[in-house]
Amino acid sequence: MKIWVPLDSAAKALGADAVAAAIAREAATRGIEVEIVRNGSRGMIWLEPLVEIDRGRGREGFGPVTPADVSALLDGTLDSLGLVEDLPFFARQTRLTFARCGVIDPLRLSDYETYGGLVGLRRAIAMGEAAIVEEVKASGLRGRGGAGFPTGIKWDTVRKAEGDRKYIVCNADEGDSGTFADRMIMEGDPFSLIEGMAIAALGVGASKGFVYLRSEYPDAIRVMNDAVSIAREADILGPDVLGSGQAFDIEVRVGAGAYVCGEETSLLNSLEGRRGVVRAKPPLPAIEGLFGMPTVVNNVISLATVPVIFEKGAQHYADFGLGRSRGTIPIQIAGNVQFGGLFETAFGLTLAEIVQGIGGGTSSGRPVKAVQVGGPLGAYFAPDQFDTPFGYEEFDGAGGLIGHAGVVVFDDGIDMLSMARFAMEFCAIESCGKCTPCRIGAVRGVETIDRIAEGDAAAIPLLTDLCETMKDGSLCALGGFTPYPVLSALTRFPDDFARQKEAAE
Amino acid sequence: MKDFIIPSDDRDMGTPARDGAPVTLTIDGFEVTVPEGTSVMRAAAEAGIGVPKLCATDSLEAFGSCRLCVVEIEGRRGTPASCTTPVAPGMVVRTQSDKVRRIRRGVMELYISDHPLDCLTCAANGDCELQDMAGAVGLRDVRYEAPKDGGLANHFALRDTSGAANPEWRPKDDSNPYFTFDPSKCIVCNRCVRACEEVQGTFALTIEGRGFDSRISAGAAGDDFLTSDCVSCGACVQACPTATLQEKSVIELGTPERSVVTTCAYCGVGCSFKAELNGDQLVRMVPWKDGKANRGHSCVKGRFAWGYANHADRILNPMIRDSVDQPWREVSWDEAITFAADRMRRLQEKYGRKSIGVITSSRCTNEETYLVQKLARGVFMNNNTDTCARVCHSPTGYGLGQTFGTSAGTQDFDSVAQTDVVVVIGANPTDGHPVFASRLKKRLRQGAVLIVIDPRRIDLVRMPHVEAAHHLALRPGTNVAVVTAMAHVIVTEGLIDEGFIRTRCDWDEFRDYAEFVSDSRHSPEATEMLTGVPASDLRAAARLFATGGNGAIYYGLGVTEHSQGSTTVMGIANLAMLTGNVGRPGVGVNPLRGQNNVQGSCDMGSFPHELPGYRHVKGAEVRAIFERVWGVEIDPEPGLRIPNMLDAAVDGTFKGLYCQGEDILQSDPDTRHVAAGLAAMECVIVHDLFLNETATYAHVFLPGSSFLEKDGTFTNAERRINRVRKVMAPRNGYADWEVTQLLANAMGGGWSYAHPSEIMKEIAETTPSFAGVSYDLLDRAGSVQWPCNDAAPEGTPLMHVDGFVRGKGRFIVTEYVATDERTGPRFPLLLTTGRILSQYNVGAQTRRTANVVWHDEDVLEIHPHDAEVRGVSNGDFVKLASRSGETALRAKITDRVSPGVVYTTFHHPDTQANVITTDYSDWATNCPEYKVTAVQVSRSNGPTEWQEDYAARTTQARRILPAAE
Repeated sequence: MKIWVPLDSAAKALGADAVAAAIAREAATRGIEVEIVRNGSRGMIWLEPLVEIDRGRGREGFGPVTPADVSALLDGTLDSLGLVEDLPFFARQTRLTFARCGVIDPLRLSDYETYGGLVGLRRAIAMGEAAIVEEVKASGLRGRGGAGFPTGIKWDTVRKAEGDRKYIVCNADEGDSGTFADRMIMEGDPFSLIEGMAIAALGVGASKGFVYLRSEYPDAIRVMNDAVSIAREADILGPDVLGSGQAFDIEVRVGAGAYVCGEETSLLNSLEGRRGVVRAKPPLPAIEGLFGMPTVVNNVISLATVPVIFEKGAQHYADFGLGRSRGTIPIQIAGNVQFGGLFETAFGLTLAEIVQGIGGGTSSGRPVKAVQVGGPLGAYFAPDQFDTPFGYEEFDGAGGLIGHAGVVVFDDGIDMLSMARFAMEFCAIESCGKCTPCRIGAVRGVETIDRIAEGDAAAIPLLTDLCETMKDGSLCALGGFTPYPVLSALTRFPDDFARQKEAAE
Repeated sequence: MKDFIIPSDDRDMGTPARDGAPVTLTIDGFEVTVPEGTSVMRAAAEAGIGVPKLCATDSLEAFGSCRLCVVEIEGRRGTPASCTTPVAPGMVVRTQSDKVRRIRRGVMELYISDHPLDCLTCAANGDCELQDMAGAVGLRDVRYEAPKDGGLANHFALRDTSGAANPEWRPKDDSNPYFTFDPSKCIVCNRCVRACEEVQGTFALTIEGRGFDSRISAGAAGDDFLTSDCVSCGACVQACPTATLQEKSVIELGTPERSVVTTCAYCGVGCSFKAELNGDQLVRMVPWKDGKANRGHSCVKGRFAWGYANHADRILNPMIRDSVDQPWREVSWDEAITFAADRMRRLQEKYGRKSIGVITSSRCTNEETYLVQKLARGVFMNNNTDTCARVCHSPTGYGLGQTFGTSAGTQDFDSVAQTDVVVVIGANPTDGHPVFASRLKKRLRQGAVLIVIDPRRIDLVRMPHVEAAHHLALRPGTNVAVVTAMAHVIVTEGLIDEGFIRTRCDWDEFRDYAEFVSDSRHSPEATEMLTGVPASDLRAAARLFATGGNGAIYYGLGVTEHSQGSTTVMGIANLAMLTGNVGRPGVGVNPLRGQNNVQGSCDMGSFPHELPGYRHVKGAEVRAIFERVWGVEIDPEPGLRIPNMLDAAVDGTFKGLYCQGEDILQSDPDTRHVAAGLAAMECVIVHDLFLNETATYAHVFLPGSSFLEKDGTFTNAERRINRVRKVMAPRNGYADWEVTQLLANAMGGGWSYAHPSEIMKEIAETTPSFAGVSYDLLDRAGSVQWPCNDAAPEGTPLMHVDGFVRGKGRFIVTEYVATDERTGPRFPLLLTTGRILSQYNVGAQTRRTANVVWHDEDVLEIHPHDAEVRGVSNGDFVKLASRSGETALRAKITDRVSPGVVYTTFHHPDTQANVITTDYSDWATNCPEYKVTAVQVSRSNGPTEWQEDYAARTTQARRILPAAE
């Protein structure tokens, strides 16, 4: 009997390790032969630990499971959720990037290949540099880290740039609040990232790759390191990538806890052993990146999506989506929501469908007041904007951004002024300190919002001016996007900012 | 008014200049064409449009942090920073719009919200870019206020309004003697940090913390500026746009209102400076960015250590005495000059025409040096002239003259930016030639590779972002063996540039030479036991030099100050010719000159056998040129070299000496012998700023003038003739050239120079390599490198471009002959000497400045092994003894020196390292062998008897009677 217990850190946080241990213990006591597979998460966090058992009818789900449930689980008396793939939250998804996540043993290469792994890389090897880059362009893949820059065009720039060496850098410094897609894929299907990086390397002529992984993800660090070793042994990495004649190897580097190191140029500085401060662009990292060499810097999801594009063809991928947002996006639903988790789907769902239809509204049962999309630098959306379809241009048009596709839901108990203050405070704490608007502006922002909270209405236009200075004047997106949550809170929830002067005055 | 030159265009262009194809764009409606790679900011500046900026300055690469310089560019999103945006063809830029005005004002409002508004009492008032920018962007209001329940976060208030201490505030750091660091005024533009990295290459500064907590930090936690790696070059102070890093002299004296461009009087780099003054009060020295030797950079000596010019020790009145056991009597200039002239004439009458002579100075101007040798040749009527260059770079003159045909380096300093493999032999640029070292380090950081050949692990071997590919730590005295072994590898492994040798050099001589070096006794394996350099290292280094691209050799006194100094110079020239590394940028043979005008003093005919321009006195046609101009007959016999003068004095045939700006008693080898020679003379005239060691034996003291007080020229190590401009009137009454003229006329010279430009005119008339030089040209061009004549009217940056000056380059066989100075049971260690960054030469100037905080005594570097067997601990007083003498100083235990080698500096007269050194010297030029002395080191209780006697005698000899009223 095969039993799957996720090793995903969200599942572990909810007790998966204890459940796995209990199952092993109970099976041993009963003398039953069970194979416990530690898989990735299926993404339905409210069901974690989600245990799956295949008794010949497919993978039945149970969850959330506690160690106390294990006896019933093995007896077959525990309430079943039914086949996992039939669960509505799961069945409604279009899983391309996450097709294997939660399904396979993350570190078993044969599982990976059984489910389509390495098909893309083998195809890419046969294609040659230019065709690889063309394929990515044709897929319409855009940077999933948040900027949405067309991945193929970035690769083409690196391919054409001259340099003694070229690098593939994977940005796995997933610091946005309410996001976890990078972590889930690294823990649940690390080879997809490795394969994606290898294809990128073949496409641009890079020989070395780095995964810059945040220190807060110890499980992902362990899984990625193990996966890199396994890939090296299997000649997926090394001096001759799957017989292509091209060398490519990957090193996993652990960050030191600075949010701003998720900004690509700070990340490069940090990788080089320098202070994690932002570099001015130009020069673009594609021309002068890591150690001054042409460098692809892509987000985990962008790179992990590459294998499926090469496996199924660019057109297959491009056929999904909306407008210029092609393919699928792993939406991470979090906050005060009934069904939180990772939901991969084609671009185009409206925010209302995501929050209400998929997320099931708030977990508190109270009305949704606001939704922040795209991490701590994303705008707050009010319910009257919930018809906005999930797409880069569509969100931009609505004064927001999709960022890394994290969706955080708040009910009507939330005070939007304090959320605006939090945004400024976050920026002040995480600012690298290089540019003035962010370094001083964020601190002044907190103080100015405090004045508004004290009923000083004159501070409101000052806050608006400050936001303009930060938005237009900052060197990178940290200072540049902090005004999104602040101004969206101010303009869409003005009542929360209309404080009366204290009674004493 | 010509003496007070204010540079015409001193604007800060924001970002560095670029080379590249022309690109035309439009800025605010004006079309401008600039080289590709230029920033929009600099292009705007070229068009005369200043874009507001704070973090940008044209000595540093663009950084893009202040966000004041944002502009709008048609077809581009947002408001890019003009400093980091390169120009593109057809680009249309607007530097002014409502949008960018709002951003700039918003940014400025943020800056000022965290800045103390004490402008009126601030040391940078009127010289503050933050102040200027607040005006430029039209900031009229700072609206940020504290919320009631909390303060307004800031870095400048010691306490908040409730009286609680402000945790963000940090006290001023005034640990550095020359500048202060006031964190409360810092705008975190990073200019200081970047200047320390990009310009100076020391990496002493960094930013600590992040966000609002970002602060400039010197060194590690707990360090201040003085204890950090900071070398006090002042690049950070110059780069700082506010009063955060501020010269103490400006704090004390106020902002300067006028400036004069002049040349530093310290080392042979010859940095150009703007002397900034109020009236005749010097306030600060700022390196001039158009200075071609230093490109806007300086070291601690040039920028800060000028206080000696006003030091209380400076002698301002002439003094005489009948004998050296008497106290000095202050007298009028008339009396002193008459006294001196009468004595000298009487000596000639009594002991003969050749019984007196002169020593010219490598610190005085070309014009002054020219006059001193003219005094010997045209008034004393003999060739008894020598110079302190004798004791440093005379082998360079000889060696390069023999091989290439000119007695000078082949390149300009800019050349280092194009070199690929740098060999540094017997030089310590980060201490001795710091500004050149910074330019070298910049090139090394860009990827050039370095080979260091030095007994000691100098800083360049390994320092931040610089590491030598090879350090050949040879035994002192084996330079020739090492250089010849390198040639052996290059010749026997077929790495020569045969095309170059066939076309540019004498092929027959090359074949003789090739046969010589190919002999297996010159192989690295054969010489390894002798030199201590592992053969494999030496082979690898030789291969690297021969095959690594543009190869440049830089060398210093570690090459010349040996019994085979001239041979090593020729060996170096051979290496350059073998590998074709002569005659283009990025290559060449580059002597690093010790003093500011070593090159010039040699050029000006200071040597007893050469008239100006390195022409032998035996040549009747050369003598005729000067005889015509001077109206005298010149002695065709070469005169005495310094050691010969001293020997002759001891023998009783040399009786009178006029010594200008040199302290031979301290700087020349074998101090006791020098003292004996001086003591035997009947008239010693010392012409100097201070009562130096030599003056202990002087009968006449003529006060000198500092470089700030006179006009003239210095010639630096790259043959560059730089103007020295009179910044203030001579405090002693006369410039040095005037004093020499007074003495000459008192002896019947009949000279009538009214200005140094007239002396230069005479030099140009008589000396072919200076034929085109005039003060007008120097004022116009800034500086010029000789030869400057009809063939090269703007001077010659690179020598030997189409062919060697002597015709065919000449390979000279370089047989290694060990020095007679050998170690043995009594003197088992080898002493080698050098200098340190903060002190200069005999220290007469730098010891009279705050530079002593870095080096207040000479110490003996000794390897832990040698120290242990002698029971010596760090800081112990040790006796250092050689066959010549002994002295005592403190020991510093370090593995920078190899076992068997000890090292010290010669900056302090209390130590008198030259009591130890021997009178062995270069076979060709008598340059003393300072770099190799067999010594013994033992523990000691304190100064030796000799040192105590010496100190007592010096005090006695320096007594001055007040002038009779």
